[in-house]
Amino acid sequence: MSQIEAFKHAQPVPDDIAVSTRNICKTYGTVEALKDMTLEFPRGQLTSLLGPSGCGKTTLLKIIAGLLPPTSGEVTVNGKPVTGPGPDRAFVFQDFALLPWATVLRNVAFGLELRGVARSEREDIAARYIREVGLSGFEQAYPHELSGGMRQRVGLARALSVDAQVLLMDEPFSAVDEQTRRKFQEDLLALVQNENKTFIFVTHSIEEAVYVSDQIAILLPRPSRVSEIIRPTGFRQKSADSIRRDPEYLDIVDDIWASLRSYVE
Amino acid sequence: MVYRPLFLKLLSALILFGAWEIAGRIPVSYAFPTFLDSAAALWRMTIDGSLFVAYAETLKPLVTGVAISTVLGIGLGIWIGLSRVFDWLFSPIFVVMQSAPLAALIPLLVMAYGIGLTSKVFVVCIMAMPVIVLNTAGAVRHTPENIKAMCSSFMGTRIDMLFKIIIPAASPLIFSGLRLGISAGFIGAILSELKITPTGVGDIITFSRSIADYPSMYAAIFSIIVLAVLFLNLLERTEKHLFKGNDRGYVSD
Repeated sequence: MSQIEAFKHAQPVPDDIAVSTRNICKTYGTVEALKDMTLEFPRGQLTSLLGPSGCGKTTLLKIIAGLLPPTSGEVTVNGKPVTGPGPDRAFVFQDFALLPWATVLRNVAFGLELRGVARSEREDIAARYIREVGLSGFEQAYPHELSGGMRQRVGLARALSVDAQVLLMDEPFSAVDEQTRRKFQEDLLALVQNENKTFIFVTHSIEEAVYVSDQIAILLPRPSRVSEIIRPTGFRQKSADSIRRDPEYLDIVDDIWASLRSYVE
Repeated sequence: MVYRPLFLKLLSALILFGAWEIAGRIPVSYAFPTFLDSAAALWRMTIDGSLFVAYAETLKPLVTGVAISTVLGIGLGIWIGLSRVFDWLFSPIFVVMQSAPLAALIPLLVMAYGIGLTSKVFVVCIMAMPVIVLNTAGAVRHTPENIKAMCSSFMGTRIDMLFKIIIPAASPLIFSGLRLGISAGFIGAILSELKITPTGVGDIITFSRSIADYPSMYAAIFSIIVLAVLFLNLLERTEKHLFKGNDRGYVSD
C-alpha cells in the first residue's frame, strides 16, 4: 500500500487537540463551581459536556468562550492561551440572543459587523449562510416573526458566518420543540462532517449527547469534575436514522443514565 | 403599538367635544364656556395672528428646555445606568427633583436667575428631565444579559456594546421617558408663564381670565394640549421608524 493510499484511510489523529482546558477552577465567593477541570477537545470532532444541572457545564463553556475568567487554570485554543473572546471561537446561545430590532440578515451578519467587515461583503456572506440553514426568503423578517426553531437557525447561521474554527454551543436545542430538535440533531451530524470545525456542545439530554458526539465528557456536580470520557465509535459511520436503533447507542445511553441517576434529585 | 382606525379616533373626539358642549350649556360653572364658543375664540385668535405671536414667545423656553432635557437627560441617564458611582452620585438629585413641589420653588429660581428666559427654561427642565433620566438609567441597567454576552463573544468593543446593544435595547423605555418628560415640559412652560412673568400663551390665559373672557382662556389651554399631542405623535413615529422590530418586545420573552 502506497503512502498516499494509507493517508486516505487515516482517521483524525487523536492527539490533534484544538482546545484544551488545564486545571480550571472557578469559585463564586465561597461556592466552588468548577474544580481542577482538565479536558481535551480533538480537532474536527464534536465533544459534548453532559451532566446534571448545576454541574458547571455552561460555566466551563463560557470560560472557554472567554466570557468568564477562570479563578485559576488555563484554556488554550490551538496552543494559544485564552484571555477573552477571540476570532477562533463562535458561540451559539441557548436563548438565541438575537437583536429584536434587527432583521434576520443583520442578525446573521452581526458577528461580521462587529469585526468591521464592509456591509456588502458581510451581507453576501450572511445571505449564503441563511440559505445554508434553510431560511431563504426570511432575510428581511424580524426575530419575533419566526418560530423558535427558525430563531435558533439564525443563531447558528450567525456563528457559522464568522468562520471560527471552534463552535461553542450552549444547550442550543433545549428551547425548541422535540421534532425540530431531532431535525437539528441530524443536521448537526452533517455539519460536523462537512465543516472542518471543532464543536463543543453542552447538553443535559443523554440521548442527544450520545447521538451527536464523537466524545462525551460526563461531568458530576459539587464540586464539578470530569467523571468519565466516553467515545462512541461503533455507530458513527452509520446513517442518521439508524443510529437510534443501534445496540451500542442504546447501551451507552443506559450506562450513562446508570452513572448519573444517583446525582439527580 | 395597537393600530387605531381613523373612525374610532374621530368618534372619541366627537364624544369628548360633545360632553364639553353639554357641560358648557348646563352650565357646570359660570367660568366654563361651551366647546363651540371656545372653538370660535380659537379661530378668531388664529385669524388675527395673536395665537402665533403668543406661541413665538412660549416656544422659546419650551423648545430650549425640552432640547436640553432630551440631550442632557438621555446622556446622564445612560451614564447613571452604566456606572454605580454615578448612580449613587446623581440619582438622588433627580428623585428629589421629580417629587419637589415646583410651584413653591419658583420664587427661589426667580431670585437666582431673574424673571427672564433662564428661569423659564429651568422650570421646563425641572419638569421634563427627571423622568427622562430615571427611565433611561433604568433601561440601561436592565439590558438583557444574553445579548450583551453575545456582543462580547463576537468581539464587540465597548463602543459597539453601547451603540449597537445597550442604546437600541433601552430605546423603548427611553422613548416612553421622553413622552412623559416632554408632556411634563409643556406643563412646565405654561406654569412658568403663569408664575414668573405672563408672556405668550400664559399671558392669553391670565389676561382672558382677568377680563372674564373664558372662551379665549380655554381656547389657549386647548391649543397647547393639541400641540403636545401632535408632538407626541411625531415622537412615536420617529421611534417606530428608528427601531422597527422593537415594538413587539424581546424574542426571548
